[in-house]
Amino acid sequence: MSTAPSHIQELANREYKYGFVTEIEAETIPRGLNEGIIRLISAKKDEPEFMLEWRLRAYRHWLTMEEPKWANVHYPPINYQDSFYYSAPKLKTKPKSLDEVDPQLLETYEKLGIPLRERELLAGVAVDAVFDSISVATTFKEKLAQLGIIFCSFSDAVQNHPDLVRQYLGSVVPYTDNFFATLNSAVFSDGSFCYIPKGVRCPMELSTYFRINAASTGQFERTLIVADEGSHVSYLEGCTAPMRDENQLHAAVVELVALDNATIKYSTVQNWYPGNKEGKGGIYNFVTKRGKCKGVNSKISWTQVETGSAITWKYPSCILQGENSIGEFYSVALTNNYQQADTGTKMIHIGKNTRSTIVSKGISAGHGQNTYRGMVKIMKTAEKARNYSRCDSLLLGDRCGAHTFPYIEVRNSTAQMEHEASTSKIGEDQIFYCQQRGISAEGAVSMIVNGFCKEVFKELPMEFAVEAQKLLGVSLEGSVG
Amino acid sequence: MLEIINLHARVEGREILHGINLKVNAGEVHAIMGPNGSGKSTLAKVLAGREGYEVTDGEVLYQGKNLLTMLPEDRAREGIFLGFQYPVEIPGVSNMYFLKTALNAIRKHNGLEELDAMDFLALARQKMKLVEMDESLMNRAVNEGFSGGEKKRNEVFQMVILEPRLAILDETDSGLDIDALKIISGGVNALRREDRAMVLVTHYQRLLNYIVPDKVHVLLDGQILISGEKELALELEEKGYGWVEEEREKRQAVNS
Repeated sequence: MSTAPSHIQELANREYKYGFVTEIEAETIPRGLNEGIIRLISAKKDEPEFMLEWRLRAYRHWLTMEEPKWANVHYPPINYQDSFYYSAPKLKTKPKSLDEVDPQLLETYEKLGIPLRERELLAGVAVDAVFDSISVATTFKEKLAQLGIIFCSFSDAVQNHPDLVRQYLGSVVPYTDNFFATLNSAVFSDGSFCYIPKGVRCPMELSTYFRINAASTGQFERTLIVADEGSHVSYLEGCTAPMRDENQLHAAVVELVALDNATIKYSTVQNWYPGNKEGKGGIYNFVTKRGKCKGVNSKISWTQVETGSAITWKYPSCILQGENSIGEFYSVALTNNYQQADTGTKMIHIGKNTRSTIVSKGISAGHGQNTYRGMVKIMKTAEKARNYSRCDSLLLGDRCGAHTFPYIEVRNSTAQMEHEASTSKIGEDQIFYCQQRGISAEGAVSMIVNGFCKEVFKELPMEFAVEAQKLLGVSLEGSVG
Repeated sequence: MLEIINLHARVEGREILHGINLKVNAGEVHAIMGPNGSGKSTLAKVLAGREGYEVTDGEVLYQGKNLLTMLPEDRAREGIFLGFQYPVEIPGVSNMYFLKTALNAIRKHNGLEELDAMDFLALARQKMKLVEMDESLMNRAVNEGFSGGEKKRNEVFQMVILEPRLAILDETDSGLDIDALKIISGGVNALRREDRAMVLVTHYQRLLNYIVPDKVHVLLDGQILISGEKELALELEEKGYGWVEEEREKRQAVNS
């Protein structure tokens, strides 16, 4: 008789807002992977010899490696010969300014909520827009150049700043690092490059917006950010892809280098297509992100909001080499329907008085599986290192799962370690309480989840925080019946 | 305003309410008293629409409409407020944000303009005085780390802000010291109005020294056994619930 259907039920599918395809003529190379393909990619980009050699070394090494199986995720074997490793929208001439960029591409980004033109005029955010394998536009380039800041596509950096690329490429994630990073090193096509010179505080947020458009295409982008002594930069990254029935591979590498007294803040809102409610389709997001606090008093802070992708496999990490350096990791990972996430961080303490903070919030709904995997390693040299870790899991319904694998390795007895963890379920009592105050069941879930993530959201730049909250609400739509 | 006719309800397969009849008019304050386990809280939850409380027979009319087919949030938006016996905690959600969202959901439903943060703050500050609530509680997460008394005060504060048509207060007096009881009663009394009804669910007569009811009902084993004026509460306190049971046995003897 009672018709109040407030209990948490099977998660209905929600509409993925960014699932459209842009019909644009693309230049694609043959399917599959071999040395010829790598030479072709390198030639397309007109790369100097050192880049090609680096790619080939990576490829040869990759052939000796096996795909890692230790992560708590399950998927059918990937046929690496079945993918396209390069796809780029055909450009008549290389656009010199936004006015020359194909209007269809601009329109695509506008539909995604990244109006390249408007942003340039209104908000203080510089954007590098990466479409499939190439960067199609970078805004505010000239303005930043006045301060000596280099913000451009990786391809442009290889052409125009080969010395910087040569010096830092692979210095944090070597081409031998792991299966997916090595694959990326061999075939990566584009991404963003950013260099902040000594003593410069970057006056605006730098951001890259990644879009996978073409079918059967892997996206392998590479981002490199170098913050020179005493500099400061905040960087944002956003991602979406069309809805397709097949799974697409996204294997990116991000390297950050912070020199003495430099600070890098790196924020991600990852919203790749997660697959449909039966778990068909979606992006495999196998990403290696690592930062090196090379200098004294340097700081690298990762903040990620992971709501998309069929499978997420990523561990943004910090190597705390410089004395007094600081590493931070703030994460919200949400898995709904059949999504799987195995994510966390590594904090490697090498220098004296290094400090790290880990705050991880995992939310599982539907049949989603969410794993936190983290490692805190205190080396012998890391006198008085400190770590604080907090891992909280929130479950919606009774078909999802939360898993936590914290590893701690301490080789210096002066280290201070704190670890807190909790798992809770959204209570029907909580939802009813909100409903009784006039808030709908869905509004209640969204409010409770946002409250749960508050510690992480407050680390995001203002504008992003609002977006992240909305995204979380959308990602949970239908999670109460 | 509220009419309950032969209401039967069960929880986890067990019938708790065995035919409740009750009529509450606008402007009235009713007290429902009874020993533990008599069904008082069940009645309150059924009226608010808590899931898992299954109505098996009878009907409930609220402002002439069938209450039982309405969603819990719609009942709230139509003016029903339940003061919880055990208010829940919502970590990370500030009291202020929670209450503003609630108020605006209700205002929107009733065709009123939503309040912005500044207007809401002004309203909250003004109402806080009524229940002598500390402003610092507004910025803390909903009920998180609140003492028992603070939670109850927060419930009444919410009621004062949301201005319901029908307020059902479930054991709002339990766990309060005498000073807190006075303050909270003051808040409740300030809300008494011609067009507003209140149902106080309580175990003890004590509360009724401060909030004088128009009607008192005694609930026992899922039925209202005796109804009377405010003097009934005093009589009950004097004679205890055992007396009610004796009364019931007498009646049963007469009936059989």
